[in-house]
Amino acid sequence: MSVTYIDAIHQAQLELLREREDVFLYGQDIGAFGGAFKATKGLQEEFPDRVLDSPISEDAMVGMSIGAAISGMRPIVEMQFADFSSIAFNQIVNNAGTHYYRTGIPIPITVRLPCGGTPGSGPFHSQMVETLYGHYPGVIVVTPATVSDAYHLLKQSVLLDDPVVFCEHKFLYRWLKTAEIDPEPLPLGVARITRPGKHATVVTYSAMVHEAVRAADRLALEGWEIEVVDLRSVKPLDMDTVIASVARTGRLLALGEAFPWGGVTAEVVSQVVAEGFHLLDAAPMRLNAKDTPIPYHPDLWAAHRPTPESIVEKLRELLNL
Amino acid sequence: MSSPTSSALGSESLISGIETGLMRRTLKAMILSRILESKLSSLYKAGKIVGGVYLGTGQEAFSASLGSCLDQSKDIFAPLIRDQAGRTAFGEPVIEATRTYLGSVLGPMRGRDGNIHRGRPDQRRPAMISHLGASVSVVAGMLMARRMKGELGGVVGATCVGDGATSTGAFHEGLNLVAVEKLPMVVLVADNQFAYSTPRERQFACENLLDRARGYGVAGREVDATDLVECLGGVQKAVEAARSGEGPQMVVGKLLRLCGHGEHDDGSYVAAKLKQSPLGRDCLEVGIRQVIELGLTTPEEVAQWKTEAAEEVQESVARAQTDPTPDPYLEDWRAVSEEGMQ
Repeated sequence: MSVTYIDAIHQAQLELLREREDVFLYGQDIGAFGGAFKATKGLQEEFPDRVLDSPISEDAMVGMSIGAAISGMRPIVEMQFADFSSIAFNQIVNNAGTHYYRTGIPIPITVRLPCGGTPGSGPFHSQMVETLYGHYPGVIVVTPATVSDAYHLLKQSVLLDDPVVFCEHKFLYRWLKTAEIDPEPLPLGVARITRPGKHATVVTYSAMVHEAVRAADRLALEGWEIEVVDLRSVKPLDMDTVIASVARTGRLLALGEAFPWGGVTAEVVSQVVAEGFHLLDAAPMRLNAKDTPIPYHPDLWAAHRPTPESIVEKLRELLNL
Repeated sequence: MSSPTSSALGSESLISGIETGLMRRTLKAMILSRILESKLSSLYKAGKIVGGVYLGTGQEAFSASLGSCLDQSKDIFAPLIRDQAGRTAFGEPVIEATRTYLGSVLGPMRGRDGNIHRGRPDQRRPAMISHLGASVSVVAGMLMARRMKGELGGVVGATCVGDGATSTGAFHEGLNLVAVEKLPMVVLVADNQFAYSTPRERQFACENLLDRARGYGVAGREVDATDLVECLGGVQKAVEAARSGEGPQMVVGKLLRLCGHGEHDDGSYVAAKLKQSPLGRDCLEVGIRQVIELGLTTPEEVAQWKTEAAEEVQESVARAQTDPTPDPYLEDWRAVSEEGMQ
């Protein structure tokens, strides 16, 4: 018996619905159909009044959840694809994100964003949007890379009193499995050393954690020990763990699947340089997706995002090989 | 001059189906709102208020009708930028307006946001954002939360927009959602001829915004919003219909904005002909005349209300001006409530 990443998300929602009467789910096709990715399969049957199909209205979906949160509920909104959250951007950043600062009343909503690329999904069903939401005050941005984190971070997100953008990676939905959910969760806001090392640090998150580990495995054959740090959430950003890792290795590669201009990797490099310049033995590096829309063809798609090969190449550069 | 027809009901007697007490309360709120806004304008022009001042001159009858038809003990009211009268009629204390405009830390926004953005969401008065139409879905969510908790019975949610806001995606998505969920919600559309400076013919192509209600599956009514009695009658029917389970209601009020978009704008683009047309009537003058003619007040009492309103406004301004203002060094600069999450 094994649990997939999407199973974990399903299980977390099921338990939240069972444990708390203030939790409800809202999204397109999430009712009897069970959601585009089946993250809510069967849930409406058990909770007909708390698993609700929405019209194709991303702005109103989040606006409605904000109103419900003001009135004591803890909504989970499922965007069918993260890309479509652009329509809800205003409600997320300008309404939910400003609400606590403006009024003193927090908005406990969780917006689930199926993000990241899969082969053939093309420009509008593949985007990474954590940078957009991380930029705005008042929004917590969570980016689980493992099955257990998908489960625990979702449960923790829903219990937070503030708005959370929950970036779940579609590429991990079905192939990423674990025997059982880790019973000991890390708190939200703490990064994890996924793989310890001493020659260079790769700071990354979401699906890129697995690509980084593959790259590290390859370099290990040559005797290089690469440390991989999984941020787990990009806001808050656990710079203590990152700086401590850079202090051990002296070299930093910030890796992400998002577009290259600005973003999480730029933020990590900037903070490491500002706070830990003296720890660096080489100029820190970044590796991101290419600065084009995300291509449709699987061959183009695979080359658009960082791969174990391109990560190895970048690490060789970083290690002065 | 007519007088109450069923004196047996005393102060609760009806004229045109409207409680006489309701009519007096609404007019009183309109007077207080006009005097408050006039003071806010003076303070802005004297440089005492920073940012913007947005008035509802000419829209008081429409807005106050909604505020006074709602039940302050349980209903939800999300006003927009020209709804001082509705806010006052719904019970918002004048001091909340003056404190917000003057940046007092004792006001609901504590200097962190200003002017018409203020609200007390925990008292069923959501704090609007500047993006038009965004409140429609928020009120829908407040109603849906009550439905899920089994507490919806008899509650009405309401919000206001102008003709310009009906062009936004947020308005369309929100109202469609409200209709799909058959929520007890009232949406007032103040068709005030201009969205900032853009005339309505550059804003939408349908003949009448009321036509849109049918498209959404929402009941629609239209009122001459310069006419207090007509406003109260139409809005009251809409609120009652929503409360009695007839689903969402739209009321379109025909009027002319009798001020600029904000006090920085002289509204010089409004043609004299339009100002002199029936749409350009001042609803406050009309309302005072109507309520006097109905025998529900006297010129002396109206004068007394004006004096009391001016005193309350003066006192609220003076209090807000002596309140502490925010201190950047003491500000906690936190945008999330949870520790360690920023």
